[in-house]
Amino acid sequence: MARIVILGGGVSGHTAATFLAKWLGRDHEVVVVTPNAKWNWIPSNIWVGVGGMSKQEVIFDLAPVYKKAGIDYRQAKAISIHPEGGVDVEKQFVTIEYTGQGKEGNSEKLSYDYLINATGPKLNFGATEGLGPDAGYTVSVCTADHAVHANEKLDELIAQMKSGEEKKILIGTGHGMCTCQGAAFEYTFNVDHKLREEGVRDKATLTYISNEYELGDFGVGGMHIKLGGYVTSGKVFAESLYAERNVKWIKRAHVNRVEKGKVHYETLDGSQHEEEYDFSMLIPPFAGVGLKAYDKAGEDITSKVFNPGGFMFVDADYSKGTKPFEEWDAADWPSYLQNPTYKNMYAVGIAFAPPHLISKPMKSPNGTPINPTPPRTGMPSAMMGKAVAGSLRDMILNGAIEPTHTANMSEMGAACVASAGKGFFSGSAVAMTMYPVIPNYKKYEYGRDLNGTFGEIGLAGHWVKHFLHFAFLWKAKLKPFWTIIPE
Amino acid sequence: MKVKPYSQNAYTPVPSAFTKFRRNCVIWQFFRFIVINIKMTVLILKSHH
Repeated sequence: MARIVILGGGVSGHTAATFLAKWLGRDHEVVVVTPNAKWNWIPSNIWVGVGGMSKQEVIFDLAPVYKKAGIDYRQAKAISIHPEGGVDVEKQFVTIEYTGQGKEGNSEKLSYDYLINATGPKLNFGATEGLGPDAGYTVSVCTADHAVHANEKLDELIAQMKSGEEKKILIGTGHGMCTCQGAAFEYTFNVDHKLREEGVRDKATLTYISNEYELGDFGVGGMHIKLGGYVTSGKVFAESLYAERNVKWIKRAHVNRVEKGKVHYETLDGSQHEEEYDFSMLIPPFAGVGLKAYDKAGEDITSKVFNPGGFMFVDADYSKGTKPFEEWDAADWPSYLQNPTYKNMYAVGIAFAPPHLISKPMKSPNGTPINPTPPRTGMPSAMMGKAVAGSLRDMILNGAIEPTHTANMSEMGAACVASAGKGFFSGSAVAMTMYPVIPNYKKYEYGRDLNGTFGEIGLAGHWVKHFLHFAFLWKAKLKPFWTIIPE
Repeated sequence: MKVKPYSQNAYTPVPSAFTKFRRNCVIWQFFRFIVINIKMTVLILKSHH
């Protein structure tokens, strides 16, 4: 009997765990360690943040789902990995600390045959002074609770606007190294949509602030699409939407400090600026969750297993990270998501260390890096979870020596639906696909296959996003025929 | 909305009235819904290895 321990129960971890449980049956053990009692369909948090959905509509209890699937669920956070075992322990193990199930604060050693690190991000609000809803002045939509809080603050603001006050709204990225611009983009246009519905759009100055070099970069170096007889940069379409909705934009910005009512930021030319706000939602940068690693003797080997950001090394070409953008190659990206030192460890989703950025690295004259970091969420993240699950199934059941499935971001596409307002007849969303995620300028003139890369905005996009909300929650709850819903 | 000369908005394409109509026309968007789903399905099939 093999035991597979999965650290994290988000999109990638949940996908890996549920497929492994289905494929391996009760002859093997699948254990999920996650500090959360609830599963959250994060893309719909945007709608919670504008009151378009309740918190209950985007979350569900994990325990009954895992019980049904035969998954051993531990509501705990992972503290350290011991891939060689310990002084008095032969087998490799992880140490965990319970956050629920009546065992709060208790520690435990959990041995494993295979480990999947799917720990997701630490929301690093601490990287920028004054950022975030807990110790700062800005709101967030990164968790369901954050989104509920954001909506409460937005409602207060709307009430003030209805009494005739004019307000400044600032939405975007809260640091020069943020990823997830898509969430900021979506929240900007959902707030715009809500203000129009409430009849107070004329009372608000709406500004978007981003660390992107150009709008539409989204951390993937932007994209080109064929439309109207032209091959056109996504920048043109992004700017068009901001202009149409009367949203001012600030780009190439590193927010370095937030105080009540004012954001301080540096731009790529090295100049310092301020922007006033009455309501601000700024996305934090992501970091690894801070897992430590120790060898058999108890020596700290964290730097051998994780990069300085806390993301786990896998089968990528990390030597390219120090080389210029022009020398980067699609082949630098990992295929098997397998740790090169400890072959029974894998990392999926945000937890794996990318070999380098996707967008071109930029620094201000003051040495401040201002560039989006690589997104590893959503569809690619789920595909990684399923691919690693497929490899482990083949190793455990069929005797495969090496991983059998790949999930290389330079060979996979991504579909993204970015909401621009909710409403069955009044809503809209940008539906996009790109293939591949990592641009390959050797193979494609514009870095991507123009037949697999497209984008359009409209009501249909909203229907797709709303349909996906129900479809992915159905799938995550393992309801009938869940396996036929693609990742 | 009037466009202010030399502002950010003055240099970007904006949709015409017909384009805005198409974006919200239920019949047209029904066909686009099908097209988008087909495009995404093809992408998913290409991406699994």
